[in-house]
Amino acid sequence: MTIEVSPVQTPAHPPMPARAASLAQAPMVSASHTAERAVPQTKVAVKDLRFYYKNYEALKGINIDLYDRRVTAFIGPSGCGKSTLLRVLNRIYDLYPGQRATGQVLVDGHDILTPGQDLNLLRARIGMVFQKPTPFPMSIYDNIAFGIRLYEKLSAQDLDARVEQALRRAALWDEAKDKLKQSGLSLSGGQQQRLCIARAIAVKPEILLLDEPCSALDPLSTQRVEELIAELKSDYTIAIVTHNMQQAARSSDYCAFMYLGTLIEFDETERIFTHPKERQTEDYITGRFG
Amino acid sequence: MTLYNRRRARNFVILALSLGATGLALLILFLILGTLLAEGVPALNLATFTQTTPPPGSQGGLANAIFGSVVMTIAATLVGTPVGILTGTFLSEYGRTGVLAEVTRFVNDILLSAPSIAIGLFVYVAIVVPMGHFSAWAGSIALAIIVIPVVVRTTEDMLNLVPAGLREAAFALGAPQWKVVVMVTYRAAIQGMLTGVMLAVARIAGETAPLLFTALNNQFGSTNMNAPMANLPVVIFQFAMSPYADWQRLAWGGALLITFTILILNIIARMLASWSGDTK
Repeated sequence: MTIEVSPVQTPAHPPMPARAASLAQAPMVSASHTAERAVPQTKVAVKDLRFYYKNYEALKGINIDLYDRRVTAFIGPSGCGKSTLLRVLNRIYDLYPGQRATGQVLVDGHDILTPGQDLNLLRARIGMVFQKPTPFPMSIYDNIAFGIRLYEKLSAQDLDARVEQALRRAALWDEAKDKLKQSGLSLSGGQQQRLCIARAIAVKPEILLLDEPCSALDPLSTQRVEELIAELKSDYTIAIVTHNMQQAARSSDYCAFMYLGTLIEFDETERIFTHPKERQTEDYITGRFG
Repeated sequence: MTLYNRRRARNFVILALSLGATGLALLILFLILGTLLAEGVPALNLATFTQTTPPPGSQGGLANAIFGSVVMTIAATLVGTPVGILTGTFLSEYGRTGVLAEVTRFVNDILLSAPSIAIGLFVYVAIVVPMGHFSAWAGSIALAIIVIPVVVRTTEDMLNLVPAGLREAAFALGAPQWKVVVMVTYRAAIQGMLTGVMLAVARIAGETAPLLFTALNNQFGSTNMNAPMANLPVVIFQFAMSPYADWQRLAWGGALLITFTILILNIIARMLASWSGDTK
């Protein structure tokens, strides 16, 4: 089994420093708003999605579209179902008996909730980064190569190139290039998280799910991850769960506010943060409840 | 203030009792080790390791018994470890809450605490009687049956300690379950699993009862696994109960050897366990 992979090696966007500079000067709302505003295409369509932990209904009929090559942020108080929604999109919940979803999740028009869905192939297309950094107990190099080797047979040279490319895109290459053979566990927390992101993008997924990727990171590492998100969205459809309002405002194009298992409001990030339609949304983003 | 003083007094009493109990346990341990050293060291010399067990009244050593113990322990570990690790893997990674897993876990717990003489009798009935003679194979199988539940338990416990997030991260890359288990979960738990195997080895190295009915003993050096084979625990048992002074001296020497081998195995197991603590 193989997945079609484009042989592109050169990134098609400006190098990191330029990005970082433009991001730093940008106003609080999304940096990318002015550029590349073509009509977005739907990549993932969620229709009447309900999710149950045993008998508890955690998602109560969610309808939302994730657009191709856009960043969608999910905000809302703890326990509102943001992470649960993310965990449905790559069906990672399937690991646990007693958890089930009903409704439809169409990825490129194909419902991934159908029983015949090959979960391994699905997860290779939809990458995920978790709240806690989870480097595998192996070398930094093997952490990245693990995912690539699953679906591709590459020569040692090509594999080296892919590992380097992934580490460069995750802004970890300069720190890690001299210790690729060292354990991934020897890295600091922020570096570990960037390693996990590098690992996720190394397999060239189409969609990237980020579940509070910065909650365990210091501000500097957080900034790096946000720069990375800005860079990655030219290639990937990204969904990010965050508790950090500024992060949602800075790094997303669309924003979804969830509360108690329902989607309260979904709109362009700029509008959510300047002219929210719902009272609850406004209360939450201004810190009056949550 | 009286309440505080009463609390202090109670603290003192409990502390004294705890220290006393610890002291008593240590005292007994050191008495055993001391007696072993005092009686066993004079019995050890080069001949102990080069000559076979002698008839009463003549010179000899424990070479055949040491050889037999080492060979049967290795054979039992080689047989028992894969079975134990695979079963533990099933319980932790695949079965978890199913009926089969629950039953297996329950049976394993019983096996873990089963008297080793019962295991010896079982192998006697199941293997020695049909074969018509005692053999080192039968002894190894009896020891393997003791290894399995220990390794099953430690493997399951160690795999359960691996955070769910690590498995999820591997699954999220599209890895099939067997790759997640072999390449990620095992790696995260390997030191603990090795510690479990070492503890199992230490456990069987000194077992006497399962060997009495299976490998029995052999007065002569033998490398035939299909025949009775000498081993340290049974030789100690036989020689210590004998009326001959030179046999009793050899029994002390054997007891000292076994005790310190087990001590060293336990220290290795501890070092493995703490080494795993460093890398996480």
